[in-house]
Amino acid sequence: MSLALDAPAPVGFAEKIWRINWGLVLVLTAIAAIGVVALYSAAGGRFEPWAARHAVRYCAAFGLMLVVALIHPRVWLALAWPIYVVSMLLLVAVDIVGKIGMGAQRWLVIGPMQIQPSEIAKVAVILVLARYYHGLRKEDASRSLYTLPPLAVILAPVALVMVQPDLGTAMMVLLGGGALLFVAGVRLWMFLAAAITSIGCLPLAWSLMHEYQRKRVLTFLDPDRDPLGAGYHITQSKIAIGSGGLFGKGFLKGTQSSLNFLPEKQTDFIFTTFVEEWGMAGALVLLALFALVLVWGFSIAFRSQHHFGRLVALGVTAMMFLYVFINTAMVMGLLPVVGVPLPLVSNGGTAMVTVMFACGLLIGVNVYRDAQFPRTR
Amino acid sequence: MMRYRKGDGERSSLFTRRTLLLGGAQAVLMSALAGRLYQLQVIETQRFSTLAEENRINLRLLPPSRGLIFDRAGQPLAVNRNNFRAMATSDRGRGAELLVERLDQIFGLGEAEKSRLVRELRRSRNAQPVVVRENLGWEEVARLEFNAPDLPGVFIDLGQTRDYPEGELMSHIVGYTGRVADEDLAGRDDPVLQLAIMRFGKKGVERSLEDGLRGRAGAVQVEVNAVGRVVRELDRTEGQPGSNALLTIDLDLQRFVAERMKDHQSGSVVVLDVITGDVLAMVSTPGFDPNTFARGITQSEWRDLLDSPERPLHNKSIAGVYPPGSTYKMVTALAALESRAIDPWTRLPCNGFLELGNIKFHCWLKGGHGSTNVVEAIAHSCDCFFYEAARKAGVDRIADMANRLGFGRQSELGLPGESTGIQPSRAWKQEKVGKPWQHGDTFNLGIGQGYMTATPLQLAIMTARLANGGYEVQPNLLLASATPREELAPPKPRDKPTAPSLRLNPQHLALIREGMVQVVAAGTANHLRVDAKGKPIEPAFRFAGKTGTAQVKRITERERDMGITQAQLPWHLRHHALFVCFGPNDNPRYACAVIVEHGMAGGATAGPIGRDVLLETMKRDPSRRTDRFRKMASR
Repeated sequence: MSLALDAPAPVGFAEKIWRINWGLVLVLTAIAAIGVVALYSAAGGRFEPWAARHAVRYCAAFGLMLVVALIHPRVWLALAWPIYVVSMLLLVAVDIVGKIGMGAQRWLVIGPMQIQPSEIAKVAVILVLARYYHGLRKEDASRSLYTLPPLAVILAPVALVMVQPDLGTAMMVLLGGGALLFVAGVRLWMFLAAAITSIGCLPLAWSLMHEYQRKRVLTFLDPDRDPLGAGYHITQSKIAIGSGGLFGKGFLKGTQSSLNFLPEKQTDFIFTTFVEEWGMAGALVLLALFALVLVWGFSIAFRSQHHFGRLVALGVTAMMFLYVFINTAMVMGLLPVVGVPLPLVSNGGTAMVTVMFACGLLIGVNVYRDAQFPRTR
Repeated sequence: MMRYRKGDGERSSLFTRRTLLLGGAQAVLMSALAGRLYQLQVIETQRFSTLAEENRINLRLLPPSRGLIFDRAGQPLAVNRNNFRAMATSDRGRGAELLVERLDQIFGLGEAEKSRLVRELRRSRNAQPVVVRENLGWEEVARLEFNAPDLPGVFIDLGQTRDYPEGELMSHIVGYTGRVADEDLAGRDDPVLQLAIMRFGKKGVERSLEDGLRGRAGAVQVEVNAVGRVVRELDRTEGQPGSNALLTIDLDLQRFVAERMKDHQSGSVVVLDVITGDVLAMVSTPGFDPNTFARGITQSEWRDLLDSPERPLHNKSIAGVYPPGSTYKMVTALAALESRAIDPWTRLPCNGFLELGNIKFHCWLKGGHGSTNVVEAIAHSCDCFFYEAARKAGVDRIADMANRLGFGRQSELGLPGESTGIQPSRAWKQEKVGKPWQHGDTFNLGIGQGYMTATPLQLAIMTARLANGGYEVQPNLLLASATPREELAPPKPRDKPTAPSLRLNPQHLALIREGMVQVVAAGTANHLRVDAKGKPIEPAFRFAGKTGTAQVKRITERERDMGITQAQLPWHLRHHALFVCFGPNDNPRYACAVIVEHGMAGGATAGPIGRDVLLETMKRDPSRRTDRFRKMASR
């Protein structure tokens, strides 16, 4: 009836630019800058081979983020299923190539590009779940029968990723998807049931795990089991963090990382490298920056007028949290060693693109926060 | 169009509630991270700092260079040679198997070596390097360098190995070094001994002078990375090289003696300076090549040395014990004279044997010597005279005199493995045999048989103490020692003994010496009046001696009747041949003891060796001529 009254006036381009959360962009850039500093130090005070590329990569991903942010959520709503299906096909392809290749295969090489389908899957699951619940009434969302499709959507990539095997990504998809289901209104008893089931399935999971994964879990439960073998990484990481103290050993003065006692110092253990040199002060600053991102994410979710936007924003925020928490808890010995990078700080292109793409979606939700579009089934 | 907004309010409020719950959970978990940071970086930071420093800083000892050993003229006997070693470190044994596998492809290590290396790599603390192989040739060095990228933690290190240029000739005196054993550590807390590359004296002078030769370790504090590679040096303290030793041995004389002993399977010669006690030559044949020990002896080489019946590893000069036989008669005579049991004019009868109860004690000369005084008895080695003299003096006085002359105890030579021999006495027999002393025992002791045993060194010491006028000289191997090699020089020659006097009656000593002069002039060794070429010996080099033939196996009455000769017996049952001598007669300076194992007759076999060695010694006169000493230019 009163379409002109109800529907807000179309938003102009300048308005869209204005609605981009520049504060959030600044925080993200600050985190990436910390990444450059840490990688510069990890390379022994050189821009090569990591820090310079990290900066270039961030600039490229920055552009991608802005483009994604300016695309109307309707487009993503429409593309949710296609993206999901493509990512599933790629995951299957990786598993097949992985069988032919050796060990854990996570990449697909297409021309000059190396892509990690599991990263696409993380975003695809968020989009599909958001779309699904966007089209559901509240009463339906809390019905158990309606919970089956989203469960399938979550578990399919989890299973494919587990095969690779990539425990970290599997955990992230599972927990991230779970968070979405939770805020979408799935009954609490179902989470309880899921928790009980997964505890019951532990022996099965144990038997399916690779030897190295079992070792990691055992080492986590008892780090002194084999301090020079499987527990070595975590022991050295704790030594590095602990010896950093309140204010750190100083820029480029981290002995644990520069003398190679620290494993994977430029990727999964970049937090350790940074904290050894900058101490607890540096660590808290970095964690505070990430916390700011989360707060921003929540506020964007609250301000969104449409459910799709809310769920996307929440999903992206949950993903960011999981990245940060799993990585830092792992390097501090609170979780078993799983391969999860620290977003925007760890060296590596795929995670950077995924995170910036997701942040683009998040900012897009804010830009189009008052857009209205129908529930589609 | 309201359709899509219907129910959104409800949905939104549920979302908000649950999102706040989720956000709260995230906040809690983030605080847990901060708490963990506090625990690691504030509460436990001291412990982790220490661990980080232990990771990083490595104290490495610099092994001191071992002191060199020279003969009295400055000729090298033990030196250090550059040794290229392949060393390996691993990060607490991680990747050890793979590394050893690759090293095996280069060197062909063999299974035993491989498992040793893996074990040592695992055990090595603080990435302390482990020796893979020593004495690399340049080809092996090149191959290792070529493959360096595949061999993380492997490096080549320039160390030193012991080299013994004289090999077998000096083997028993200089000895050799080997890996440090647990028993070597007893009472020594020198940390350098914990190093795998460190060597420790095992035998000979290398052992007796070990604590001086070793020197003091320096230390270097280095920063190492995770694979144990040194990144930089933080601090360094220099050690002190071991002190160099100048031995009393005259290498050329030693070589002459060894040459002279070549014809005999097994035996020993000791040459002493009777004034200073300097050991001028000490040969035990056969010897062994100490270089095989320095470079690492193989199992089969070791077996061969151990199983040989001639016992090449055994230093017979100090550890071989033999009945002294007739060379002991001077002790009996001196004991009898000093105790007034006989006087210089006492004549005792000999008709070929002496009876004690129903046992016959034979003289070596079938018809007997008739009546002899002490000088004649020594000259002709009359057994009956010494049976009787021993009986008159008694075992206690003989044992006491023997102890004063050096029997039954270790000398102050200091070499490891020196035997005391056996100087029997009443107490000794009661303790060891469990029976009281018999008269027959005294008879046997009187001619150096029975329970009595002595080492060649003890025989040389006895001869030296008789020759120098009764001074208690001790054998001595170390002439001088100094840490910088330039300061190494022999001391000034001495002509007066500094050892305490035994307070023997000079007249009695003169009689004994006169008897020994007569042995060579007219007695049992009168064939030694001429030198090896048959020319009479110059007056300045005339010498005195005493022959001895020691029974290995009792001669039975039946064999005596059948007239079985020694040459008909198997080698290991034949008599030992002994000869002790000193010279020159009018101013004795050198003493020499010779034993040829199973050499049958002292005068015939050992005598000529003693004569030739003593003549050579007197001609060279090493104790008075120090002009031959030359400082070794650094090699």
